[in-house]
Amino acid sequence: MSPAGMHKQILVSQDDFDVGGVCEDMRARHGAALGALVTFTGLVREHNPHAGDGSEVAVLTLEHYPGMTESSIEKILDRAERRWPLLEVQVIHRVGALLPTDQIVLVAVASGHRDAAFAAAEFVMDYLKTDAVFWKKEQTQAGTHWVQSTEQDHQRAQDWAQSEGTEQLKP
Amino acid sequence: MSGSVKVMFFASLREDVGVSELQLEAADTQELMQTLGAQLSAEAMLALAQDNVRMAINQQLIEGTVRLQQGDEVAFLPPVTGG
Repeated sequence: MSPAGMHKQILVSQDDFDVGGVCEDMRARHGAALGALVTFTGLVREHNPHAGDGSEVAVLTLEHYPGMTESSIEKILDRAERRWPLLEVQVIHRVGALLPTDQIVLVAVASGHRDAAFAAAEFVMDYLKTDAVFWKKEQTQAGTHWVQSTEQDHQRAQDWAQSEGTEQLKP
Repeated sequence: MSGSVKVMFFASLREDVGVSELQLEAADTQELMQTLGAQLSAEAMLALAQDNVRMAINQQLIEGTVRLQQGDEVAFLPPVTGG
């Protein structure tokens, strides 16, 4: 953990985001302390592997619970901060109606070292799937349905919980 | 004495119940379920009673029966699917 505390930024919005702008913002804030900047962008893809009927996604609509959604993300970031030496984590999550190729989510992690930045980005993304308060509805040619959470997503979060305290960070 | 609380239904549960919010009187979450049972369809109650549905009071997840206060915000949340 950095002595001054990790900088956290959470934004839930209908608006699209600019990954490059977020990176510039983080570089400006941390100066020469910043050694690694990892970003993950989630996008709406056409094919839904869980639909089973091969139908293509036309519209993905995301719903949230204003206030509780932001605090659910903040809890994930607090856990990441306790686990790795991080300078900053930003999460931008979109809500509303999105189309294939649209950006849905950004996780951006700044750290002194890449091990922490890579691991924390994956950790935050995995927990966004299981703990962040959002609901996805898919519209395909076959109709609309609420997306189900997957066993695989829960297993990934479970794996992080079991490996807590075993971080091996290279100097 | 029971107070008036705001009850919110999200995502699939909002569609099952047919409204996003209700205003009800209830002293605790158990009484709240009984009051909802008297107002909603059997299908809607079945959806709310599923094992994977979580309840939050004032945006904090709860377990079991919890006392309610005037003005509390009670939310029914289906399993989340963000990211």
